[in-house]
Amino acid sequence: MAVSEAPPSGPQSADTGAPKVALLNNPEIRGWLFQIILAVLIAYLALQGWMNMNANLQAAGIASGWAFMGNNAGFAISQSLIEYSQASSTYGRVYIVGLLNTIAVAFVGIILATIIGFIVGVARLSKNWLVSRLATVYVESLRNVPLLLQIFIWYFGVLRLLPQPRDGFDFGPLGLLNNRGYFAPKPVWGEGAGYAFYAFIIGCVVAWAIGRWAYRRQMQTGQTFPSFLVGLGIIVFLPLVVFLAMGAPLTWDIPEMGGFRPRGGMTIIPEYIAMLVALSTYTASFIAEIVRAGILAVNRGQTEAANALGLRSGPTLRLVIVPQAMRIIIPPLTSQYLNLTKNSSLAVAIAYPELTSVFAGTALNQTGQAVEIILLTMLTYLAISLLTSLFMNWYNNRVALVER
Amino acid sequence: MVTTPSTNDIAFVRRDMLPQQSAPASSKGIVAWLRESLFSSIPYTILTLFCIYVLYVIIPPIVSFLITNAVWSGTDRAVCATQVQGGTQPDGWFGACWAYVGDYANQFIYGRYPDEEQWRVNIVGLMFFGGLAPLLIPSAPFKRENILFMTIVFPIATLILLTGGHFSVGGLYVPLAIITVLGLVLAFMFAKLSDSDPIPRVRAVAIFFAALFVLLFILGFDFGLEEVETEVWGGLLVTLVIAVTGIAASLPLGIALALGRRSALPIVRFFSIVFIEFWRGVPLITVLFMSSVMLPLFLPEGVTFDKLLRALIGVALFSSAYMAEVVRGGLQALPKGQYEGAMALGLNWGQMMRMIILPQALKLVIPGIVNTFIGLFKDTTLVLIIGLFDFLGQIQSSFSDPTWSSPVQAMSGYAFAALTYWVFCFAMSRYSMFMERKLDTGHKR
Repeated sequence: MAVSEAPPSGPQSADTGAPKVALLNNPEIRGWLFQIILAVLIAYLALQGWMNMNANLQAAGIASGWAFMGNNAGFAISQSLIEYSQASSTYGRVYIVGLLNTIAVAFVGIILATIIGFIVGVARLSKNWLVSRLATVYVESLRNVPLLLQIFIWYFGVLRLLPQPRDGFDFGPLGLLNNRGYFAPKPVWGEGAGYAFYAFIIGCVVAWAIGRWAYRRQMQTGQTFPSFLVGLGIIVFLPLVVFLAMGAPLTWDIPEMGGFRPRGGMTIIPEYIAMLVALSTYTASFIAEIVRAGILAVNRGQTEAANALGLRSGPTLRLVIVPQAMRIIIPPLTSQYLNLTKNSSLAVAIAYPELTSVFAGTALNQTGQAVEIILLTMLTYLAISLLTSLFMNWYNNRVALVER
Repeated sequence: MVTTPSTNDIAFVRRDMLPQQSAPASSKGIVAWLRESLFSSIPYTILTLFCIYVLYVIIPPIVSFLITNAVWSGTDRAVCATQVQGGTQPDGWFGACWAYVGDYANQFIYGRYPDEEQWRVNIVGLMFFGGLAPLLIPSAPFKRENILFMTIVFPIATLILLTGGHFSVGGLYVPLAIITVLGLVLAFMFAKLSDSDPIPRVRAVAIFFAALFVLLFILGFDFGLEEVETEVWGGLLVTLVIAVTGIAASLPLGIALALGRRSALPIVRFFSIVFIEFWRGVPLITVLFMSSVMLPLFLPEGVTFDKLLRALIGVALFSSAYMAEVVRGGLQALPKGQYEGAMALGLNWGQMMRMIILPQALKLVIPGIVNTFIGLFKDTTLVLIIGLFDFLGQIQSSFSDPTWSSPVQAMSGYAFAALTYWVFCFAMSRYSMFMERKLDTGHKR
């Protein structure tokens, strides 16, 4: 291999009048020679692959290109956040439905995994022997078993073994649970509910403004203001008051058993539940370790200094320990979020209709457009990954230690 | 005015020491421990009681399923089904069917590998674990010989033993001979152009190609072993083949990529970064899809890989990107002085990396490599989605056998799979932690 990190050294450069050295021993020339060979090799391989692909596609009689995206898909999808019909929707629509389902499971999964992970991570550090042991058992048992197996266990071992709808669990107003999934009550917004929503947005803006004002006043005068509680109060009460003033325009569509299958409410399919539970509990076991390491990494002197300044244990944790631990936690946490998103593609094994399952699975089988579909699927995940890391890098830069 | 009181003013001074007494009962022993770690305050007590309740809810069903209610022997589904389901168990019985797992154990390990040829798999297994164990124990002797065995003898022997050898490589001798001549000429010219002695360079190239000829000969030699197609491989065998090959192939590739990413050469760095970030940004399952449906399109007509090999290529490319990042961590952790010291000694880039940087960097990242391996070991389960029968895939496929079909069959199979994976992964993670402690010499910068 050629030269890289060494700068061109003295006696070998030509203009010093030092002993003449062969051209090939000049590190710069060697470097460029090596790079040109590499580039030519990669270009050659790419060209070969391209030509082979065209020849193979022609032999198989498959037209390349994106025209198939406008064709009628003609298969049913069990969960769709947007309108989708077997009869008239296109493959392009299938792609969007799959992408939205991926986001639906990844987004909720990330939130759940974060909550569980932080609780377990803190529990592992608890002085309560039983609590820390339980948390350890949780972490060690979940992260050492393959995720796919856990998905199978949740899906085939738990959710599919639930009773038939007729003998299923009935939680009354909370919905029904059976082997067709969870049938949740569905909110039906009446007239005037929009005002409550506007009030909520106004509440958020006001709370934010109060927070800024309180921060500035504290910086100038040192006086504190309970901005968090006041802000929370405004965010909760303003919409609530408006909501009640409008006459509480909300009713719940509660599912109930009718004949063979439940009627009404929102259906959450068992595949979604299995994916969500498996993904969030599995990722939480990794997040727990990250949180534990982050908290342990904050120097003990920080706690002692905070105590010496007269901070009680609550503010010590909130103002001193957590902000410093977050700096250590965020980069690995980002990669866990990305892992969770990428792992959502395992849904193909239990046929939860997300991107890989409906697009790289069913659509690929029907059209045979392997190159386009696989490429688009991969690029989609790549884009999600890059966007998430961009956002987390931005957040990380905000909280990162500003060094002199 | 303060005066120091004289000793006479003190009424009582103890002259002799009291015998030592043990600590108060409340601060030692089980009571103190209970009080401190379980019931130190009211919230803690509530938490403890809550945990005990959780354990009470979780543990008894697990124990009863796995052990007390489990069925350990039997010949068919009757022992693992209740009377309503057509079996012999009482109503409401729910336990693991270990009899079914025992009946299928051979298939879970070897897949459909022919019974009379399984000794070959056993020899490979013995070589693998026998060769690996002394490598993993830091104090075991003969490391160098062992590494040579594991990197040269073991892969070739495994390839021949598992597949049967006797590959049709006859057509490769002529092209290899042409490449050999080309290589020798190039080496000679390169040495001449750079004003150095051509003999060592030409000799190195000659040895390399001679080794390739020997390898080709061994691969083509008929050892009299029956051919076993990869179609019938399965179970733990496939899981280990994919995991070990994946990690073995990804190590050199990952090191090259890591060096490329840290290189000062812009084109090399660009390709390395694009390669690494691409594979790290996509899920393994799409990579496997790609290698199973897209890869064949890129190959010239007539060239075909079997399914296992395609999956192996996908896994190797995928894990090399992760390996590259692990190795890069090691390269970055080395103090700059090591690079500067090597340069000051007049070593060229290759010598510097081979003799100074990589030995230290790779040692630093052993725990990271083991962790990557754990991840890869768990990820091998994904190959069942593209229709290979790894350990989990084999278990999954056994569910369709009517001889053992019962409501507890799936749960038993999954429980067995989970326990097996857990034992492997937990052992590896403990080893990684052990190495981490051992390597942590306290010289961190």
